[in-house]
Amino acid sequence: MQPSKLVQKYFREANLPTIWCPGCSHGITTKAIAQAIENLGLDKDNTVIVSGIGCSSRAPGYMAFNTVHTTHGRAIAFATGIKLSKPELNVIVITGDGDASAIGGNHLIHAARRNIDITVVVFNNNIYGMTGGQYSPTTPTGAFGTTAPYGNVDQPFDILKLAEGAGATYTARGTAYHTKQLISYITKAIDHKGFSIVDAISVCPTYYGRRNQAGTGVQMMVWLKDNFVEKTVYDKLPEDKRAGKFTYGEFHQEDRPEYTAEYQKLIEHVRGEQ
Amino acid sequence: MANKIALMQGNEACVQGALYAGYRFYAGYPITPSTEIAELSALELPKVGGKFIQMEDEIGGIAAAIGASIAGTKAMTATSGPGFSLKQENIGYAVMAQIPLVIVNVMRGGPSTGLPTQSAQADIMQAKWGSHGDYPMIALSPISVRETFDLTVRAFNLAEKYRTPVMLMTDEVIGHLRERVEIPVEGELEVFDRITAEAGKLRRRPYEKEPGEIVPAMSVFGDGNRTHTTGLFYNETGFPSNSTENAKIMLDRIFSKIYDHVDDIVQVEEYELADCEVAFVAFGSTSRVVKAAIKQLRADGIKAGLLRAITIWPSPEKQIRALAEQVDHIIVAEQNEGQYVREVQRIVEGRAKVYHIGRGNGEILTPPELIDLVKEVKHATK
Repeated sequence: MQPSKLVQKYFREANLPTIWCPGCSHGITTKAIAQAIENLGLDKDNTVIVSGIGCSSRAPGYMAFNTVHTTHGRAIAFATGIKLSKPELNVIVITGDGDASAIGGNHLIHAARRNIDITVVVFNNNIYGMTGGQYSPTTPTGAFGTTAPYGNVDQPFDILKLAEGAGATYTARGTAYHTKQLISYITKAIDHKGFSIVDAISVCPTYYGRRNQAGTGVQMMVWLKDNFVEKTVYDKLPEDKRAGKFTYGEFHQEDRPEYTAEYQKLIEHVRGEQ
Repeated sequence: MANKIALMQGNEACVQGALYAGYRFYAGYPITPSTEIAELSALELPKVGGKFIQMEDEIGGIAAAIGASIAGTKAMTATSGPGFSLKQENIGYAVMAQIPLVIVNVMRGGPSTGLPTQSAQADIMQAKWGSHGDYPMIALSPISVRETFDLTVRAFNLAEKYRTPVMLMTDEVIGHLRERVEIPVEGELEVFDRITAEAGKLRRRPYEKEPGEIVPAMSVFGDGNRTHTTGLFYNETGFPSNSTENAKIMLDRIFSKIYDHVDDIVQVEEYELADCEVAFVAFGSTSRVVKAAIKQLRADGIKAGLLRAITIWPSPEKQIRALAEQVDHIIVAEQNEGQYVREVQRIVEGRAKVYHIGRGNGEILTPPELIDLVKEVKHATK
């Protein structure tokens, strides 16, 4: 079978197949990013994809851009250095729920606060997959993990609320099932001037699925289809129909001065005075 | 062109040296006693079109600096004590991914928060061994404000030449010392710029060395090479490899690029060594005290001398071994409870008696105590 034109153009075919388990949705989200880049017609040579550590963070190795696989939690900090030193580059961060909101939470909120023009795509599968299924900051209370054998006591993060509270100027949530919308959100996020984040709800049948009797990858995708409702639709639902439902959609959008542009102004101001 | 004369402190000289070397990016986090390096970088970098960013923590500081360097910009971060501990993981990343970077540690007393405003030389072993795994390190230690300038330039040169992080291990005494400095004019000191891959000329195997290269040329983001950088073991393509044979090859390269060029990297100062009978080994601010003691000892007719390690890692093995052949007594003076002395003992292998003098309580050594020790050592062997 010939790979699609999109794969031929944006992926390092020699590195395929991926390391991801059967039923994992990371391939769908990775492809959504490539499709968003295609939609925007970004120059591959001027596009950088940075990741941290975890299953999600292996994605850049398959993608034909300037790619950097960094240390656990630090992708956004590395990306900050890349973007600030060379603002002409398009910088996209691929990260997981643990990478972005646990070990890397500090970098996430401060990059949002600065409103630096980076797009973060969180491959959010509610579990640490690479290490074998420990609970993460987005694992629901009561769900099981290898480190939550009696059910998770922690309360989960809403990553988008966290990012918005910290100052992110574009936030959206998509799912691996609702790919059309996911591609559209990632496209808008990359196109947005400022710090943007897309919470890409993903499925991990191997570790989350098995521990929580959530079924196969396909069954977990059906669950996404049945339980995620577009935000504006959800808002119109009567109270009783909202119970147990989750939302996808665009949550926040605003214009605020972007960090690297402001720094450039500072340079021009300082040099003008010399 | 005449040299400009300035009165400046060590931390200032570090920033002036970095500017001389062409750094255009600084990321860090405030910490005593290195903060002036951040403050002055914030002031000076925009004037030359460079960028300064105060990150949210020490880890972010080094991560952003490595990011800028990967993208093609000469970058530096500076810290002290606790911050140096926090940076360790990403120091290992820069070693593994072969990213040039200058890390300044203005040493203070520890462990933990320790003595933030007192000087120490107690991170010497951490500089070499602080990150996990096996790796070599280049670390330099200046004796004066002017040498802080020169060694900062040299740290950038070595980082770029060998594609590796380089540490400038200064201390609170040198960092805050003010001295008269003749600022080098353009062209006076060597400035080495990284060798970059030809724009758009895709190397199929970006980590394959081409003839005449010490390390493979680096791609610059935007040049069309679109390389992959990772902290996993990678093969010559730059992509991860789990092969133990490949890991051996890559680890050998990371080591040999340093150890095959020790003569280029290692610098020492030989002070009154020619006829010396009792020798000191010291580095950084402590070597100033040692020199004062040697002057007094010589006035008293005792032939003392100093081998000063300007490059502390890799250690000057050849020079220390030669010293052990020459003298019976080697005193390692350092401001800690006994660190570099272990390296000296390892190299000397019993060919001379090795003593340690030092302390980690922030109190600097004084010439009288060094003089007393030399006399004691000499007396004991009579």
